[in-house]
Amino acid sequence: MTDNQITPISADELLTNCQKLKNEDYHIVQICAVRTPDGYELTYSFALGYEMVNLRLTITVDEEVMSISSIFSPAFLYENEILELFGVKIQMINLDYKGNLYRIAAKTPFKD
Amino acid sequence: MSTRSVVPFGPQHPVLPEPIHLDLVLEDERVVEAIPSIGFIHRGLEKLVEKKDFIEYVYVAERICGICSFMHGMGYCEAIEHTMGIEIPDRAKYLRTIWSEMSRIHSHMLWLGLLADAFGFESLFMESWRMREKILDMFEYSTGGRVIFSVNKIGGQRKDMPDDMIADFVHILEGMEKELKAMSNTFLNDYAVKSRLEGVGYLTKQQAHDLGAVGPFMRASGINLDTRKTGYAAYANLEFEPIISTVGDSYARTDIRIREIYQSIDLIRQAAAKIPSGDVAVPFKGNPTGEYLMRVEQPRGEAIYYVKGNGTKNLDRMRVRTPTFANIPGLVETLKGCQLADVPILILTIDPCISCTER
Repeated sequence: MTDNQITPISADELLTNCQKLKNEDYHIVQICAVRTPDGYELTYSFALGYEMVNLRLTITVDEEVMSISSIFSPAFLYENEILELFGVKIQMINLDYKGNLYRIAAKTPFKD
Repeated sequence: MSTRSVVPFGPQHPVLPEPIHLDLVLEDERVVEAIPSIGFIHRGLEKLVEKKDFIEYVYVAERICGICSFMHGMGYCEAIEHTMGIEIPDRAKYLRTIWSEMSRIHSHMLWLGLLADAFGFESLFMESWRMREKILDMFEYSTGGRVIFSVNKIGGQRKDMPDDMIADFVHILEGMEKELKAMSNTFLNDYAVKSRLEGVGYLTKQQAHDLGAVGPFMRASGINLDTRKTGYAAYANLEFEPIISTVGDSYARTDIRIREIYQSIDLIRQAAAKIPSGDVAVPFKGNPTGEYLMRVEQPRGEAIYYVKGNGTKNLDRMRVRTPTFANIPGLVETLKGCQLADVPILILTIDPCISCTER
């Protein structure tokens, strides 16, 4: 039943897709960032029952991404984590810790 | 007019075994808002996947958390096995199930003890942990370790359990079942305990869904989901249904965990009756390529292991979405409107594991 299909989307389609999933009663499960040679891969996972839907956003290092926390409020934790540890530029997080979600002594983001 | 003030809660607090910080906005004694902060014990374990090869990393995955150690190792191994197309032997699947359910009993017993300790019921705390010791003894007897026992490996298990040992374990667990009945009577019916749990920290079914709650915290609000039903390890061959309650308060969360201990004993009993003979591991060659999201039902709820291989010995990425991380938004919601004195109990009712959360 675990669905490992990942659908690539563009940054422009992110909020529209999220709103569509919200309307279908999905909830957010996780957001995962992966460093790539050119930037980042962000995988957004949503679930309804046992079914999981994954959206894949590929961005360059300097590209800004809109927060989905206005649609899925728990996304603020995942987005703050990605912003702080990976340096992804996420805009308009509903609770923005400004890079201080993790109170760690090491300098973040861990880009290399 | 009530006065608003901000009270810092944690990171060090008598009720918290691990550090988490909450800024509690109070109106008199009532919490109106809670803002969580984490990161006091962040260890960068996910980043370590770039330095350790994917086989060695099993040992790192097991050290994400002491209580869920076995299941972290298993979740990581299953994710890698899926990317490499490795089918582990059936006996290994059953062994994973048995050790997983023993881990669940151990975790829930530990939680019950911590809960009793939090409301000052010392004898109940000691009774819970005395029973938990029997599980740790069984871990030691079967693996040599009591907390982190490193029996998972990619391709199966490092150790087997003889059939007579499994039968002995079932016998011990059936004895525990009787003791648990007496102890759960106190947890569920004692006036003092009920007064601290009943009607405290409601989370509705819709809130649990919208906020992405997982595990017993979610099931106590009426959502009928348990990732074991996806059929990983040997769960597809066992008969069980998710344990739920429709009440959604702290009492319901306690009730769910107690009933899940009985369920785990039953699952071990079923697995012991069905476990086939044979090898416990298969050899494999090569390195992982591609990516996989593996979902595992830990004692605290669903954990998600994401791995991405590149054909070399080092993965590009390993990420764990842990149950406590997913339950933080739900916790914040339950805190709204509660009394300051109930905050420690409410934090405990999500069974927080901060080592898991911060990795």
